[in-house]
Amino acid sequence: MALMEVRHVTFAYREKPVLKDVSVEVGEGEVVTLLGPNGSGKSTLIKTVIGLIRPGQGTVRLAGRDISSIPQKELARHIAYVPQFHRGAFPYRVLDVILMGRMPHKTFFFRYSQEDIDIARTVMEKLSITHLAGRPYTEISGGERQLTLIARALAQGARIFVMDEPASGLDYGNQLRLLEHITALSCEGYTFIKSTHSPEHALWIAHRAVMIKKGAIIADGRCDDVVNSETLLQLYNIRVNVIRLNGTLRVCVPEMLKDNGAGEGTERPSVFVHRGTLRR
Amino acid sequence: MRTGLVITGLTCALVVAVLISLVLGKYPVGIEDVCGFFLWKVFNAGVNLSIDRQLLENILLNIRLPRIMAAVFVGASLSISGVAFQAMFLNPLVSPGILGVLAGASFGAALGMVLSKSWFFVQASCFVFGFLAVMAAVGVARFYKGNSIILLILGGVISGALFTSLLSIVKYLADPYNQLPAIVYWLMGGLTLVDAGTIRTSAIPVVAGVALVISLSGYLNVLSMGDEEARAMGVPVERIRIILVVITTMLSAITVVLAGMVGWVGLIIPHISRMIVGPDNRVLIPVSALVGALYLVAVDDISRLLFTTEIPLGIITSLVGIPFFAVVLKRAGRGWS
Repeated sequence: MALMEVRHVTFAYREKPVLKDVSVEVGEGEVVTLLGPNGSGKSTLIKTVIGLIRPGQGTVRLAGRDISSIPQKELARHIAYVPQFHRGAFPYRVLDVILMGRMPHKTFFFRYSQEDIDIARTVMEKLSITHLAGRPYTEISGGERQLTLIARALAQGARIFVMDEPASGLDYGNQLRLLEHITALSCEGYTFIKSTHSPEHALWIAHRAVMIKKGAIIADGRCDDVVNSETLLQLYNIRVNVIRLNGTLRVCVPEMLKDNGAGEGTERPSVFVHRGTLRR
Repeated sequence: MRTGLVITGLTCALVVAVLISLVLGKYPVGIEDVCGFFLWKVFNAGVNLSIDRQLLENILLNIRLPRIMAAVFVGASLSISGVAFQAMFLNPLVSPGILGVLAGASFGAALGMVLSKSWFFVQASCFVFGFLAVMAAVGVARFYKGNSIILLILGGVISGALFTSLLSIVKYLADPYNQLPAIVYWLMGGLTLVDAGTIRTSAIPVVAGVALVISLSGYLNVLSMGDEEARAMGVPVERIRIILVVITTMLSAITVVLAGMVGWVGLIIPHISRMIVGPDNRVLIPVSALVGALYLVAVDDISRLLFTTEIPLGIITSLVGIPFFAVVLKRAGRGWS
């Protein structure tokens, strides 16, 4: 039985259909990437999976149980939501942000216990961000903030991580480091459902890609099978070649920018080369 | 450790401020008389007092203490309402009046003064209309099918504007020789009219309200990360928010009953407290209650003693608050620029 199951989910926002009969299954330890253009329904699907939106029709099941029958608090112990990186209005300490993840384990009137603090410290160690504990959350880098949110999800004790465009807003290096963290966690058995705007992120770390267009799934399967120039053309209406590099990772090469002189093999004005070498 | 120290320090400072305020006044009472009187009153200890006990009881228990307690209540209530609202509405520039409670309560008090001579009726009307204004704000948000923050604030703006204009109507219709000056004076804010009976009645709801907000302060951190995140962490966002809105509305309405309009306290005290202990609401709520109480006790002392006639409290809190706010604005801006 699949760990999470989205079955024939339909959702409309003010009579405008956003999801049309969507069904997806996610197995334990899988990394599933949602791909789709802006407004395709990715975020809505993500919010449906974590129970923030109740589908008009259809069900979302967690280990066979309809999540609408699971109390919010209990659900939060199984599924953690990692939002897009954001600033927040108040400069809480990183440790305090991570402690928030302990909420689903607390009673109505609560105080954080020493155990909660220990758990927060353990997850910080795991992601090597212990040095950030006392820093204000609003003043650390975007990559560090995203790691803080992942640490919070770990502190929540959840095994399923649902991430809405986790890499957006991060610089190139931090995007790659984030992907590395996700891969490492998935090897430990954590399940990831994440959306992204970059097909390469799907190719590099995801086991499966689910492609959504106008609220309907147009492709679902292993990344190697599903992410190719035909499906990307269908999804984004743009010609992209998916090329395997020396038997390792696959990359996307857009057709339209190929001949604009920026690529390899074209002559460049030597001054640029000079500057490049000088800087080194 | 550090927070414990800050809270203990502030509590001691508040006790000292209350004792000093008991000494200050037109009738000279020494600090040893104040201490001796309370030793006698509380522990029944035999002490020598230089002033007649009956007179001392009258000055301290019936005149000065109610007023000082009112300052403590008003300062603490407005400050923690401010902290709670700033966290709930994800905005450090929000003040307790954002949902219309102060406008509603002012209107209620003015209406009471026009309709009745009974002081109790004025206070009841003040309290009830404070609540009605917030209910109107929540109602507007519900009408547009949302409990979202932005709709609540819009509801508050609408409700506040409505009750402000209703207040103008009452002022316009009021008798210009007796009622209008009474209303205007009331709106300037002050603790002149506080009596022991009102303090005794309001003590339980104020203490209970402050205690409840302190015990729910852990939720404020999560609420200030936004509704969706809070809900995804298993927090019953709507329920907590409604509970907090009801408590803070009650506290704010009581402050108007006790002191009229006391501006700026709910906005600047949270910022001062944040500068002392940081933004963690679990610490910030109790600390800002203490700082707010301390501030208002001090300001009330100034208002009664600076000149031979009293200056309305609200005028001083605004005069002190505005330049102070201009100064802290730079620091307050950290985090949401």
